[in-house]
Amino acid sequence: MDYYLDKNYLNPKKVESKKMRDGAGIGIAELGETKKDVVVLGADTAGSARASFFAKKFPKRFIQCGVAEQNMTGIAAGLAYEGMVPYAITYAAFLIGRAWEPIRTTVAYPENHVIYVASHVGIATGSDGPTHQMTEDITLTRCLPGFTVIAPADYEQARKAVKAAYDLKGPVYIRNVRDATPNFTTEQTPFEIGKAQVLREGKDITVVGHGLVVHSLLLLAEELKNEVSLEVINMHTIEPLDGDTLLTSAKKTGKVFTAEDHNIRGGMGSAVAEFLSENNPVPMKLHGVMDEFTESGTMEDLLKKYKLDKEGIKEVLLDFVKI
Amino acid sequence: MTHYEKIKTLEKKANDIRIDIIKMLEEAGAGHSAGPLGMADIFTAMYFDILKHNPKKPDWEDRDRLILSNGHIVPVRYVTMHHAGYDITREELMTLRKLGSRLEGHPSVKRIPALETSSGPLGEGLSEACGFAMARRLKGREQDYTIYVLMSDGEQQEGMTWEAAMFAGKQKFNNFVGIIDRNNIQIDGFTEDIMPLEPLREKYEAFNWHVMEMNAHDMAEIISTVQEAKSVHQQPVLIIAHTVPGKGVDFMENDYRWHGVPPGEGPEDKVPAKDQAKRALEELEGK
Repeated sequence: MDYYLDKNYLNPKKVESKKMRDGAGIGIAELGETKKDVVVLGADTAGSARASFFAKKFPKRFIQCGVAEQNMTGIAAGLAYEGMVPYAITYAAFLIGRAWEPIRTTVAYPENHVIYVASHVGIATGSDGPTHQMTEDITLTRCLPGFTVIAPADYEQARKAVKAAYDLKGPVYIRNVRDATPNFTTEQTPFEIGKAQVLREGKDITVVGHGLVVHSLLLLAEELKNEVSLEVINMHTIEPLDGDTLLTSAKKTGKVFTAEDHNIRGGMGSAVAEFLSENNPVPMKLHGVMDEFTESGTMEDLLKKYKLDKEGIKEVLLDFVKI
Repeated sequence: MTHYEKIKTLEKKANDIRIDIIKMLEEAGAGHSAGPLGMADIFTAMYFDILKHNPKKPDWEDRDRLILSNGHIVPVRYVTMHHAGYDITREELMTLRKLGSRLEGHPSVKRIPALETSSGPLGEGLSEACGFAMARRLKGREQDYTIYVLMSDGEQQEGMTWEAAMFAGKQKFNNFVGIIDRNNIQIDGFTEDIMPLEPLREKYEAFNWHVMEMNAHDMAEIISTVQEAKSVHQQPVLIIAHTVPGKGVDFMENDYRWHGVPPGEGPEDKVPAKDQAKRALEELEGK
C-alpha cells in the first residue's frame, strides 16, 4: 500500500519538523468552519495547547474554563448530552490525569461523544519535568470502556485525527507531542481510525510504535536493512487495536518489538501483548518509559538518555534481535 | 382547584411517594433512606407543579432539565417519575438495584434517558448543568426552558462543585437554579462535624450567585420560592432547601445513621430491624 510519505522522509535533514499540537489545533479550527456544533473548551492553556486557533476564529464557540479540568470535563459532558460536539483541550497530565474520575462517570459511562485533545505528552514534553510529562494517559483512557485512543505520528496525522474523531461515537482521546517532530506523512497519506499502517514491510521482526518514535523506527529499518529486516507498523489507534494487522505481521515475523514515549505499564505495548498472548504468542520486547519518573531536560536530551531516540531504540532493539 | 386544594393534593402525593420509597428500599434490601424521604416534597413539587415536562415525551426539546447530582437519592426520583406517568411501572419500582433492572442503584441515563444524566460520584452535577446551560445559550434558547440541578449538602465538600460555582457566576446564566438539600447530615455524621459548610449562603454569594432559602417541607413555600428564583435575571440562583433527613418517619428523622441504609438494615436502638419497614409504613399510611 502506498502511504505517500514525504519523498525525503529517510533524510532527517530534509524533512520538515512541525508540531503535532499545531496540527491538532489547526485541524479543529478547519473543522469548525463546516461543523457548527463543534465547541472547544480550554483550561487556561488555549495558547500553549493550541485551542487558540479555533478560539480566534469562533470566539462564541470557545469556552474558557480557567484552571479547572474537572469542571471542564463536566461542562463537556453537559454539552454532549445536549448534542454538541465538544473538544476539550489542555495538557495531558491535567486533561486526563486530574479529571479521570469525572471522565469515567460523566463521559465514558453515559457514552458521551467528547473529544479530548492533549498536548504535552510523554517525556518529549521536556524541560517542564515529570509533573508535566504525561506517560500514563494511554493506560488511563484505554481501560475505560468505549474510549477510542489515538496517538498521531506527526503534525499531518494529528490534523487528520481531530477531524476523523468528529464522526466517531463515544469518548475519544488524541495525544499530541509538544515540540516539533519530523512531519514525514503528507496530506495524501490515508488515515483511518482503527486501521494500523504497515509503513514498511519486512520479514524478521515486527516493530510497532506510535507518536514521535514511528519516524525513528522507519529510519532504523533503513539503516539496519542489511542486518535485519524490520516491518514497521504505525499503531496510531491504540484502542480499538487493529488486531488483524498485528496478527498477520506477527505470524510472518514471529517476533514483536514495541516502542513508545509512554510508560510500558498499560501503554500500547501492553495492548499489543494482551492481544498477541491470546491470539498468537510470540517473543516480545516492550520498550518505552520503563516505569519511572524521569527529569527535566530538552526533548533531545531526554529521548537520548531514556533510549527513545533512534540510537537508543536501536540499542534495545538489537539486544532483542540477538535473543 | 383552589391553591389550598392544590397544596393539599401535592402533600398527599408526597406522602404516597414516601410510602413507595420505603416499600422499594425494603424490597431492594439496600440503598439510602434519609435523603429520598427528605427530598420527597421537592420532587413532588417539581414533577407535579413546577417542571415544564411531558412524561410521554421525555426528549421534548423545550422541557425543563432536572439534573440530579447526588445520584444516591435516585429512589425518590424513580418513584416520583412513576407517579407522574413516566414509563416506569409499579412492578419495576420493586426491581431497584436488582440484576437486569433499569433502576440502577445510582442513576444511569443509558437505561432511562429521562434521567438526563448518569450520576453517583459526588460534586459533578453542577458542572454538567453548566454544560447544559452553555449548549442552551449556543442554541440561542436561554429563555426557552429552565435548568435545575439538585445537589446534596455533603457534596459541597467536593472541589469540583466550586469550580462549577465559579464558572456559573462568570457566565451569568439565566433560568439556572441550583437546589441544595441542606439536611445537615452525611454518611459519617453531621456536616458541621465532618467538614463545616457554613456560612454556605455567603460562600455562594461570594461566587456571584443569588441565594435564597426555603423550608423544603412546606409545599406552598417550595413553589413560591422556585417561582421567584425564575424571575432572577443574569445570575445563577441557589436555593438552600432546609430539609429533615428521613422526613415523615420519626425514628429516621435527623439521624445520620439512616443516610445510607434501607429499612431493615438501620440502627436498632429505636426500632428492631425486622420491624423498621412496617413501622415506617404504619406511620406514613396514618398521615
